[in-house]
Amino acid sequence: MSESKDLQAKEKQEVSVQAEQTKPGLVFTPAVDIFENDGAITLLADMPGVASQDIAIDLRDGVLTLSGDVKPWEGSDESDVLIEFEIGKYYRQFTLSEAIDQSKIEARFEDGVLRLVMPKAAKAMPRKITVS
Amino acid sequence: MYARRMFDLPGFGWRNPLAEMERMRRQMDALADLVFRGSPSRLYAPSGVFPAINLTETATGYFVRAELPGIKSADLDIQVVGRNMTISGERKIASEGENVRYHRREREAGKFSRIIALPGDIDPEKVEAKLVNGVLTVCVPKAAAAQPRQIAIN
Repeated sequence: MSESKDLQAKEKQEVSVQAEQTKPGLVFTPAVDIFENDGAITLLADMPGVASQDIAIDLRDGVLTLSGDVKPWEGSDESDVLIEFEIGKYYRQFTLSEAIDQSKIEARFEDGVLRLVMPKAAKAMPRKITVS
Repeated sequence: MYARRMFDLPGFGWRNPLAEMERMRRQMDALADLVFRGSPSRLYAPSGVFPAINLTETATGYFVRAELPGIKSADLDIQVVGRNMTISGERKIASEGENVRYHRREREAGKFSRIIALPGDIDPEKVEAKLVNGVLTVCVPKAAAAQPRQIAIN
């Protein structure tokens, strides 16, 4: 992979299957990176326009739910000239296959990117067993 | 509905059939938006160039907004020449180390550059930009000559 790759425009993906909405507005799927090493699963999600206090992260029964509310950031006296992207909430769910140590989950939100580090529970950590 | 209107149009001919096809395609897109998106509240027209930009205006200025998650202000370069604004930069995604297995990799890194021609004259001295929560907002005041002026009637 070359270093000087040009970024391609990607349209924001609207959530296709979702629970019925009670609030009007569009809902988008954030782009994510998920990787794991021996100790933890890390998730990075692009959620531009969300304030850190409006992010909700929920992990129960092995299902991780991310959602982020976006407050409209345009003034009421502005009129549209050119609209290339739409503004909406973010929502995405993942099923985690491994046990997570809930008490040690860390979340950080910086520059519109959420970084969630989920340490694996002790029993899911690889353990080296020596044959005696 | 469209078929009848099409043949009634006084100017319709084969002078520029491609332009006519293009117009029909746009109408179909607008119709599809109406049916599938439900809320044609805004004229949504993606250009396919990164970053996607929303341009709005008030009586006194323009607002250029773009979603640029994970980009530091130091990696962003904004320049104004005449009516043209250039937004360029690079999105860097740091390596997470050798010993990781990726399950999903949807976020992309790379360079980008985009020129936007603003529709009116601007005051380049007073352009301000801010980057909050991954959203870039550039406030571009209109040139004094391009701002509306109230004329008193004697």
